[in-house]
Amino acid sequence: MFGLLSTWSDWATSLSTLSEHFPVLVVVVPMLSAPLCFLSRNGRAARGISFFALLSCLLMVIHLLGRVLDEGVVSYRLGGWPPPLGIEYRYDQINAFVALIVAFVATVVVPFGQNKKAFRVPAGRTNVIYAVYLLCTSGLLGMCVTGDLFNVYVFLEISSLSAYTLVAIGAERRAMMSAFSYLTMGTIGGLFFLIGIGMLYQMTGTLNIVDLSMRLYDVSSVRTLSVAFATLFVGVSIKLAVFPLHQWLPNAYTYAPPKVSAFLAATATKVAFYVMLRIIFTIFGRERSFEQMNLDRILLPLSIAAMFMGSIAAIYQTNIKRLLAFSSIAQIGYMTLGISLDSLTGLVGGIVHLFNHALMKGGLFLAVACILFRLGSVKIDDMRGIGRRMPWTMGAVVVLGLGLVGVPGTVGFVSKWYLVLGALERELYVVAFLTLVSSLLAVVYVWRLVEVAWFSDPKPGIRMAEVREAPLTMVVPVWALAAATIYFGIFTEHSAGVARLAAAQLFGGTP
Amino acid sequence: MNVPKHMRMREKLILRVAAKSLLPFFFLFALYVQFHGDFGPGGGFQAGVIFAAGIVLYGLIYGIEAAQAVIPRIWVEIGVAVGVLIWGGTGIWTMQSGGRYLEYGKLDPEHFVHGQHLGIMFVELGVLCTVASGMTLIFYLFAGRGR
Repeated sequence: MFGLLSTWSDWATSLSTLSEHFPVLVVVVPMLSAPLCFLSRNGRAARGISFFALLSCLLMVIHLLGRVLDEGVVSYRLGGWPPPLGIEYRYDQINAFVALIVAFVATVVVPFGQNKKAFRVPAGRTNVIYAVYLLCTSGLLGMCVTGDLFNVYVFLEISSLSAYTLVAIGAERRAMMSAFSYLTMGTIGGLFFLIGIGMLYQMTGTLNIVDLSMRLYDVSSVRTLSVAFATLFVGVSIKLAVFPLHQWLPNAYTYAPPKVSAFLAATATKVAFYVMLRIIFTIFGRERSFEQMNLDRILLPLSIAAMFMGSIAAIYQTNIKRLLAFSSIAQIGYMTLGISLDSLTGLVGGIVHLFNHALMKGGLFLAVACILFRLGSVKIDDMRGIGRRMPWTMGAVVVLGLGLVGVPGTVGFVSKWYLVLGALERELYVVAFLTLVSSLLAVVYVWRLVEVAWFSDPKPGIRMAEVREAPLTMVVPVWALAAATIYFGIFTEHSAGVARLAAAQLFGGTP
Repeated sequence: MNVPKHMRMREKLILRVAAKSLLPFFFLFALYVQFHGDFGPGGGFQAGVIFAAGIVLYGLIYGIEAAQAVIPRIWVEIGVAVGVLIWGGTGIWTMQSGGRYLEYGKLDPEHFVHGQHLGIMFVELGVLCTVASGMTLIFYLFAGRGR
């Protein structure tokens, strides 16, 4: 009995020494689990390894977010070298929050029922999918937590390269082509980003983000600075799929396996949005970005264009995955609108929408995976009358869809509330009005799904009577996300509360 | 394949003899670059590429089957993963020794520089393993296409 107690206390002490290393383990655990998955040569074992790796990652991120909220910034020196010289992992309110979203979505997606038909990999090699998936997660987490700008680029490449692979293993042959165009655009984006980093390094001689932001105060060469800002901004915009640079996104999300679409839609663009926030608010600072560079003049029209163009294009799609992909472009427009309003409330809206959209799109793409599993098709026309056959799945689609519209009581309402308030604060009445109008467009495409699912008769040739509800392993994660959209729509202190702290910290200028 | 007789690699005696006699030097030079990396220019990446170049040369002259008989594809695949584990494992080891992640100085409690040396050597071994295997794997995959 006492022996057990002493091992328990030993264990607790070693856990508390280990907790010192949590900041780096968040990235290292998934990265080292990837080769283990690869070596296991067994899909089931790989799935188990990745689930436990990501679950431990999620718990560590939760612990770190708690520490950040209590004590402030948590910094970890890699190799023991002090920050401006060595690489530093730095957790503050904003990136711990984004890392939490990434770790959460990555963990939920793994146990989600596996549909072998959705992946085009040789039998017996499914373990490789998990290896690549863990590398992608590790890259995304690394981009969030690192305090070194070049390190951001390295992790950006790790996550992008593995994301291209994940898209390319989609069941249809066109997945290959869309992965290739994703690769082309992504590489151009990465290149722009690297050029920007090079210029900043040449001006300041440092790569540490905090150090960089302080040294940039003294830089007088406005021209190099504007060019660096422009290249970094364009590079990240491609990764984020801001309106005219979004061409890669619809095809990539449409032809990727649905689980992968759910993961990428909920994490990859979110992390890119976080990097954009860092560049605009931390590195260059609010004043420089908005008053010298006039960022709002370009980002505001682009955001509004994205909101409308994305939603209108979504209305005309015949494939539900493509519909959701175009809706993502519109939702990214809402997030960038939050930046371009140049007001604290607007920024809260943008950041909280990052969280909310991750829940909604993650849930919707997982629901599509359920539909594909039972119906074998993702064409909206084939889905006629499916609501009666798969009531739980389609019910979740409706709840999540209402979130996209922004109905009160769902998360979508919270973000739009802050965005509209932000626009009103800045006396941009037209922008507030347009935000509301674009929500009406979301009603149209969500209603199309409802109408097809419940108010039409099955299409001839589709054996709707044989379609059953998806298995529990698939329905439960979807409903977990759907329930979260309602929970965080009503109790906003954990989502909007943290977003408000994060926005205040970014807006204050000093990191 | 209908390759004219004088074009076949089997007939190119000089190439075959030269390649075979050069091979030991490829691998020796790779190891030299690897271990010299602790003191001067060089290191795991370059050494890995040189090592893989030796295998690629062997494959070009004697055929991919011969190369895969010496170094089977499965070894190469395992090598890619093991290299990453060696690299990351060094980081775990430094944490075990009471340092930060990849804080090599802590590996030898008595001698800071010796610890640094040891850490870099292990990390570079991991890099060598992954790069050499990765390069060889790419060669195997491309050369094995359409067979």
